[in-house]
Formats: sequence, structure tokens, C-alpha cells
Amino acid sequence: MAPHHMSDNQTGNAISYKEVNDDVVRTMTETGKWYYIALAGAFSGFLAFWILPWAYQIYKGQGVSGLNTPDFWGIYLTNFVFWIGISHSGTLLSAILFITKTPWRRSIYRSAEAMTFFSVATAAVFIFVHMGRPWNFYWTMPYPNQRQLWLNFQSPLMFDVFAISTYATSSMIFLYFGSIPDLAAVRDRVTGWRKQVYSALALGWRGTDSEWHWLFKAYTFFAVFIIPLAVSVHSIVSWDFALSKVPGLAKTIFAPYFVVGAIYSGSAGIVTLMIIFRKAMKIEKYITLNHFDKLGMLLLVMSLLWSYINVIEVFTGWYANTSAENETLIYRMFTTPYAYMFWLMIVTNTILPLLFIFKKCRTSILACLVVSLGINVGMWLERYLILTTSLPRKFLPYMWHDYIPSWVEISMTLGSFCFFAMLFLLFVKLWPSVSIYEVKEDIGIPMRRGGGHH
Amino acid sequence: MPGFLERIAGKLKSYREPGYYTKLDHKWTMVIDLDKCNGCEACVVACYAENNLPVVGKEQCEKSRAFSWLRIERYVEGEYPDVKVKFIPVMCQHCMKAPCETGCPVYATYHNQDGLNVQVYNRCVGTFTCATYCTYDVRRFNWFTYKWPKPLEAQLNPDVSVREMGVMEKCTFCIQRIRSAKDTAKDEARPVKDGDIKPACSQSCPTGAIYFGDMQDPESVVAKLAKSPRRYRLLEELNADPSVIYLKRVMGDGTSSHE
Repeated sequence: MAPHHMSDNQTGNAISYKEVNDDVVRTMTETGKWYYIALAGAFSGFLAFWILPWAYQIYKGQGVSGLNTPDFWGIYLTNFVFWIGISHSGTLLSAILFITKTPWRRSIYRSAEAMTFFSVATAAVFIFVHMGRPWNFYWTMPYPNQRQLWLNFQSPLMFDVFAISTYATSSMIFLYFGSIPDLAAVRDRVTGWRKQVYSALALGWRGTDSEWHWLFKAYTFFAVFIIPLAVSVHSIVSWDFALSKVPGLAKTIFAPYFVVGAIYSGSAGIVTLMIIFRKAMKIEKYITLNHFDKLGMLLLVMSLLWSYINVIEVFTGWYANTSAENETLIYRMFTTPYAYMFWLMIVTNTILPLLFIFKKCRTSILACLVVSLGINVGMWLERYLILTTSLPRKFLPYMWHDYIPSWVEISMTLGSFCFFAMLFLLFVKLWPSVSIYEVKEDIGIPMRRGGGHH
Repeated sequence: MPGFLERIAGKLKSYREPGYYTKLDHKWTMVIDLDKCNGCEACVVACYAENNLPVVGKEQCEKSRAFSWLRIERYVEGEYPDVKVKFIPVMCQHCMKAPCETGCPVYATYHNQDGLNVQVYNRCVGTFTCATYCTYDVRRFNWFTYKWPKPLEAQLNPDVSVREMGVMEKCTFCIQRIRSAKDTAKDEARPVKDGDIKPACSQSCPTGAIYFGDMQDPESVVAKLAKSPRRYRLLEELNADPSVIYLKRVMGDGTSSHE
């Protein structure tokens, strides 16, 4: 074993360069029985819970959902905001940590970026799911046409179309750029069809000095580009709601609230995913307790920020003291069943993460799993509450009507998790999911064999 | 090329004229005298018949998917037997600063030169944004493709299209009647007269509580009624500038009431 490792070695173990290559390529080439079972499960769940109900909805009409006249945006938009939120941490966190040169980023960022891309994809499908005529979705794109129809650039939904497509494209490019040296490393180790695929994907990477130079330049550019982009994307998602006049939605604090909430839920998503991922792929030596310690600190800070904004949101609504605002607040906080959801959300998002004050909890896998799952549930409830407690209580009480989701909507919610799992499972087999070259930066330079330590 | 540039410059200049965006051919306005309204719902029935609104049945009504573009809102105050029942007809208010218009990504709902808030069914992709942003909850969605049982399909109004599944719709102020009155006036080479246009609700109202006309014509009935001290507009504080004007009901004890 090489005895030398640098002081910022995040893996904490002495690992050789060869081992890194072996381990990462092993995750791609050696496939166990459980992998196929999981993939088959996710795929059939995706078909059964999402595609079939969606086909049924397209055939029969939106009426098969539980949507009704005041609440036109139920679980579908909840899921859309939830998945966009999940997407917010991967690429954003990776870019921020890259610019600040944080060493513990290296072994987790690849899968976190993949998480971003897949959750944006899941969220994008929910836009089509919630539309009345999804087959006309391309009308929301600015394309030249003979009838000279154009888009309404005043519409926050229009901003959304551009923001999300830009975000999806640039996070995909960011993920790909960062992977090129690794794809080359995989290319050099595999045979058969894989050889051809990775040769094409590696774009003829040879690892020369100038190639590294340009890769670093491009990567830095994208990291700087993505940070303001990610912030703007979730601000725009919040404007879908905040630019209305509906009590409970028209809040000026929504943009920062949503950005913080997105980073919060996304970081929790990373923690949950990493726990499953390192266990399933047997790569505990790369994603160590040290990583969970750092992510735990991040979650704690985001939890405090989120709680602060949440208190401010309730307070300003209450302080405004208009009858419509008061009605929405009472409906959300003190009326069943929403009161249960609201206070559960407070427990999971404000109280439970306080455990992370203690290092013992931050470095305990069980505590991390419980808290991160709790935060994800809480953040889903937050979005659900925003939509289902404000729209059914608009200005004219005659039209008040509660929203109860139908089986179609609940099924598609489950199906979205299957879809995400399916994409991620495919990713870990087809892509080097731990960055080979950046983990090596952590290890230190290998010395000549027999360097006097034996 | 110079001609093209001049045309662009001329257009830009016209956009900058004061009042360009608020200048309208007409400003159709509805005045509803609540003192005359007895809540009989004849207007609702007339609206169903005129605009080809589907009758969705008990089950869908329970889910709050009734199709009425025009509804009589009922509010009950107090406990039995000391109750007061109040009611008010509510339809699309054709706001001049409509929240729904800024929401639609594809311009399926926009403001036309008659001051109307119009909905283009064929352009609608069904994002629900307009209905969510609407502060009056007057927009109705085609949850299914509705069918009329025989022989009811024979009574459909040929002047109004039948909408398909997945599009939003709402009160149009009977735009088909406005169009036909304007066409007739054009054929007779005269401007549209006050009283030429009567929407279905106004026509069927037994007490004549619903007036309709052009606010830009100072001699019209609506322009005169709008000066009444009983005048108010629904949720005026939201600043959407609605085109429907209500006249308060005068109660038995001499006070006036909004409903």
C-alpha cells in the first residue's frame, strides 16, 4: 500500500490509482442479479404507474384526475416543483464546490449531477402531464410559422420553458464535460461493444497537457455559468405562482423561498441517494462518513434558512391581515387534513434536522437516512400545501372547493419515482458514476515501488 | 429597403403615441342592477342554451366542474330562522388589466380591440394558468369531450363552436351577437347603435336587470347607469379593472348591500 496521502484526503483510506480504475469500471461491467431485479422493478413500475394512467388520462381527458374548478393545479404541479427542487442541488452544489475548490466534492459530484439531469427530465414530463392538450406542447416554443403566431413573453410559464430547457441543456453539458477523461479511462479498459461506445463518447481524449488545460477552462466556464442559472430557474418556477393574485401564492418572498427550498430538498436527495448508492455499489471507501458529515452541515444550514423564510412567509401573511390571507393561513395551519401535513412538515424540516448539530448524528448513516428522507417528505408536503391550500380558498367563497387527488394522480406520483430510479440505474451501468480522475487528485502521487518504506 | 425601415419606424412611432394601448374601438360594458335581480337564474339557462354549454350531471357538479359561464352566487348570513340570503350574478368580468392574460404562454387569451377579454379555443394548450390566476373563478375547463344526447344536439347554436376536451373557456359577452350586430351596422353603413346588442343573459332577464352597451358612447344606457351612486365593481381592490359594473341593492331599511 502506498503510505503517502495528502492531508485533505477525503476518502481517509490509502487507495492506489489502479484500484480506483478497477473499482469504477467494476461498477459498470459486473452486474449482479439484484441490479436486474431492481431495474425490472423500476421499469415495470414506470410503465404501470405512469405510462398507463397517463395514456388513460390523455384518452379520457383531464377529468380523470381530481382537479376541479378552483384548484386546477394539484399534485401534478406539486411533483413538478418537487422534482425541479431535487434537481437543484446536484449541478449547483457541484459548481459551487468546484469554484470554492472544496475537496470533498470529488467522489460525489458525478452522481449528484446525474441526479440533477434525471430529476429535470422527470419534472419536465410533469409539465406535459398537467397540460390539457399535451400533444400541442410545441406551441410553447418560439418557432417560425405561417400563421405568425408568437408567444406571450409576459407569461411566467413562458419564462419557465426557457429556463428549464436552458438548465437541462447546460447541466447535461456540464455532466458530459466533466466525464470525458473518465470515459477515456473506461474506453481503455473495456472490450466489445463497450469499447466502441466509449471510444465515441470520449471524443478521442488522450490526456495531453493542452487537453487538460482546455477541459479545465471549459469546465470552469460552465461552473460559473450554472450558478446564476440555477438560482434563476427556481426563482422563475416560484413566479409561476407568485405572479398571480391568489392569496397564499402572491408572495414577494417566494423566489428566495423556493431557491432555498430547492437546495435544501436537493441536498437531502443527494444524501438519501448516496446512502443507497454506496451500499449497492460497494464503494464505501470513496463516499465516506466524512462526506456525510459535510453534507449534514449543509443540510443544517439550509434547514435554518428555510425555517426562517417559512416563518417570515406566515408572518407577513398574518400581518397583512386581509380576510383572504387569513383564510388561507387558517386553512393551511389549523384545518384538517392540511394541519397534520403542515405540522409534520415543520417537524421534519425544522426540528428533525437540528440533530445535525451533533457530529455523532452527521456521521451516523442511520441518522442521515432518517433525516434526509424526512426532509424529502417535508419538502414534498410544502409544495403540496402551497398549491392545495391557496387555490381552493380564493376570493369568492361561493367557489371554494376542496381538492382530493384521484388514483390517477397518486399513481403517477409513484410512477415518477420509478422513472427516476430507472434512469439512475441505467446511469450507474452506462457511465462512470464516481469521478476517476478527480478521486485520484485526492490520493496523491504514486511513488516508485519499494520507495524505502518496506 | 428604405420603405421597409420607414414602415417599421412609423409603427414604432404609433406604439409610442399616448393612449395607444388603451385606445379601443368599443368598450363593451355590462351593468347589473342588483336591486332588480330576483335570482331566478333565467340568465344562467339562457347562457347554457346560447353558448352550447354541456350539462355535466350530478357527479361532475359535486366535483365542482359545473359548466355555467354565468352563476348566481348565493350567500346565507345568520342562523335559521333569522337568515338573510343574498345573491349576485357573476360571469367573466372582462378585466381591462386581466391577470389571466399575462398567464397564458401561447396568447390563447388576450384583449381585443373591443375591450373584450377573449379566448381562442384552438390555440389553448390547457396549462390552467389563466384559470388559476383568475380572481373571480369564472373560467371553465373541458375535462372531457362532452356529448349531447339525441335529439339535444339539434338545438346547438350554429353561431357558436363546440369546444373539445382540454381547452379552457369562459363568458364571451356573447361575442357572436356583437359580431353580427357590427356586421349589420356595417352593411347599413352606420355605427353600432346603443341597444343593438343584447347578450343572452340580458335578453332573458325578466326584470331587465342586466344592461349591455358601449362605455365609450357617453349617451349609452350603461354609461349613464355607471354614474349611479350605487355603482361598485366586484373585488375592485385587486385593481384588475373589471368591465362589469354592479349597482348595489337598496335594503328595506334604506341601507345598500353589495349582494
